[in-house]
Amino acid sequence: MVLGIDVGASATKGILLNQDRQVVSFYVRDSGVDFKQAAEDTRMNCMSTAGIAEDDIKYTIASGYGRRSVSFADDIKTEISCHARGGYFHHPKACTIVDIGGQDSKVIRVDDAGKPISFKMNRKCAAGTGAFLVETAARLSIHLEQMEGLARGAQKEIELGSFCTVFTKTEILARISEGACAEDIARGVFGSVIKRIIEMDPLTGDVVMTGGVIAHNPFLGEMFEKKLNRKLFVPEKPQFAGALGAALFALEQSGG
Amino acid sequence: MAEETKVKRKRIAATGMMKKIMADYFYEMDKAVKAGAPKVAWCTSVGPAELLRAMGFLVHFPENHGAMLGATRTANDYIPLANAIGYSPDICSYLTSDVGAYLKGETPLSKAYPGIENVPKPDVLVFNTNQCRDVQDWFGWYSREFKVPIMGINTHRGVREVTKSHIDSVARQIASLVPGLEEISGNKFDLERLQETVDLSLECSQLWRQVLETAANIPSPFTFFDGTIHMGPAVVLRGTKTAVDYYKALLAELNDRVDKGVAAVEGERYRLYWEGMPIWGRLRDLSEFFAHLKASVLASTYCNSWIFDAFDPKEPFGSMAKAYTLLFIVRSDEEKEKYIEDMVTKFKLDGIVFHDSKTCPNNTNSRYGMPERLRESLDVNTVTIFGDLNDLRCYSEEQSKTNIEAFIEQLERK
Ligand code: SF4
Repeated sequence: MVLGIDVGASATKGILLNQDRQVVSFYVRDSGVDFKQAAEDTRMNCMSTAGIAEDDIKYTIASGYGRRSVSFADDIKTEISCHARGGYFHHPKACTIVDIGGQDSKVIRVDDAGKPISFKMNRKCAAGTGAFLVETAARLSIHLEQMEGLARGAQKEIELGSFCTVFTKTEILARISEGACAEDIARGVFGSVIKRIIEMDPLTGDVVMTGGVIAHNPFLGEMFEKKLNRKLFVPEKPQFAGALGAALFALEQSGG
Repeated sequence: MAEETKVKRKRIAATGMMKKIMADYFYEMDKAVKAGAPKVAWCTSVGPAELLRAMGFLVHFPENHGAMLGATRTANDYIPLANAIGYSPDICSYLTSDVGAYLKGETPLSKAYPGIENVPKPDVLVFNTNQCRDVQDWFGWYSREFKVPIMGINTHRGVREVTKSHIDSVARQIASLVPGLEEISGNKFDLERLQETVDLSLECSQLWRQVLETAANIPSPFTFFDGTIHMGPAVVLRGTKTAVDYYKALLAELNDRVDKGVAAVEGERYRLYWEGMPIWGRLRDLSEFFAHLKASVLASTYCNSWIFDAFDPKEPFGSMAKAYTLLFIVRSDEEKEKYIEDMVTKFKLDGIVFHDSKTCPNNTNSRYGMPERLRESLDVNTVTIFGDLNDLRCYSEEQSKTNIEAFIEQLERK
């Protein structure tokens, strides 16, 4: 058995795989401020769900923002390689993988064999990431989890044009004072995330979407499909694509 | 666990000699300022340094001082001071850190060279806009501050083919500086002396080229990071015998490394090109990071910027004009791409790292689709790092390192 662990800026995800590349158990929790603890806790939970002991794990690969904090890992790999691997596992064709995470977004193009051809990460700011949703939810005085429902129930999408999160919040204020409702603004916020991603890459070929943002906001995926005018491929557990990729690397590196 | 192991960088023995040369250079200027002679000229990196030296000036290069502010990681203490007086955080951070340091009355020179309290006060400021407009604004500020004359050359930008008319116009502008410089220095222009200086600059440049080209060997004995340190004499002392002697010594040492198969990066697996400005405050860190990934960043546009093949003592003005205009930074994207393609072949490179330097669009070539075009034409991998030459507020360590690491993982799977 092998373990893939993805310590993201917002959430830590773990996946245990058996030799046949089947998921035995998985676990996700907030990364909090102690990445070591989050990783350890994720490993313990994956093990106890699977009913296995530490020695049963042949190899562990850590990925994500906090990958270097995972002291029990045998090796580390970047989240870019892991998302490419995890995304391709779900959609084994040349494709473009879009991962929208808590603190960054990535667009990775892989070839027919799953090898990354090129990748881009968003620039420094929160635009086009989960952090942008957190900030704008606070501006709207709603819980992050409400965003999906609001956006889905909107009549129309309010245009939000700015790159900058602070400017966007000012734009939101202006729209509120003009009488716009929270639903339409929430849809505008999703629209803004999508715009930032579309600006990163032409998104050619099949597009596979992974990450926590799509996991918690499937409507954002639906909007994305409309904008692209193409079907989007979303794995069953999009948030776990990085951890799955890490586990697949672990299997390969352990000779499994 | 793949812990980041501390990588020991191989020391270049000539470093000691270089440090002494640089110290002598700064002390000589300091002494001159205190004594009132010889006169001191400030010059942009590719300004007409040959002419200034031939006219008897000692030459200070504010960009070199800017790089010191970056490398000593003090730039961010000073940039805000220049921002506050109207110099935007979006413009050259050499300019803003240098002006800010002046406003605060501090310089890294005084720490490095005890006894030196200030940057050498100029008697004249001479710029060349072949690289950017910022240098003119930068020198303009000091001209007002010190109440000293400013003069310069305005050159063409985005040049595709360097033609006679380009060269003539620049040569005329260089020649037109002579009367003013005669007056300030009190020395008569001496053609022979200019020819000698151009000859020494040519020799320095040829040796510097040979030094950089040792990196074409597998493994490479020399990295871009070494280059940013060892180019010091080529930057501040071109046109002098001191610089020539230094590069003879450095070249001998590197050739010896080549003969013995000594690698600058132990176990070199990947050979990379650095396109763009150095991130001065993170040089050591990045150098170790790449080395730990067994990647040798061994060639760069930046270090090559002090190669001037066109100098010709028989035709000093024309050849200076030509050398300054043939420079990469002055050229069109087509020419730049051809240049990088040649480098990739010559140095047997696996990939290109583009540095998108926030405050220097002039030395940033990733903004108009060049990485994408080169990826197509060369089948070479590229990655873009977002940062800055001096302003570390524009640099995200974690993002950059993840990008670099992912880039190497991509090369591993190629
Ligand atoms: S070329 Fe760039 S770094 Fe150099 S002076 Fe101009 S703006 Fe500054």
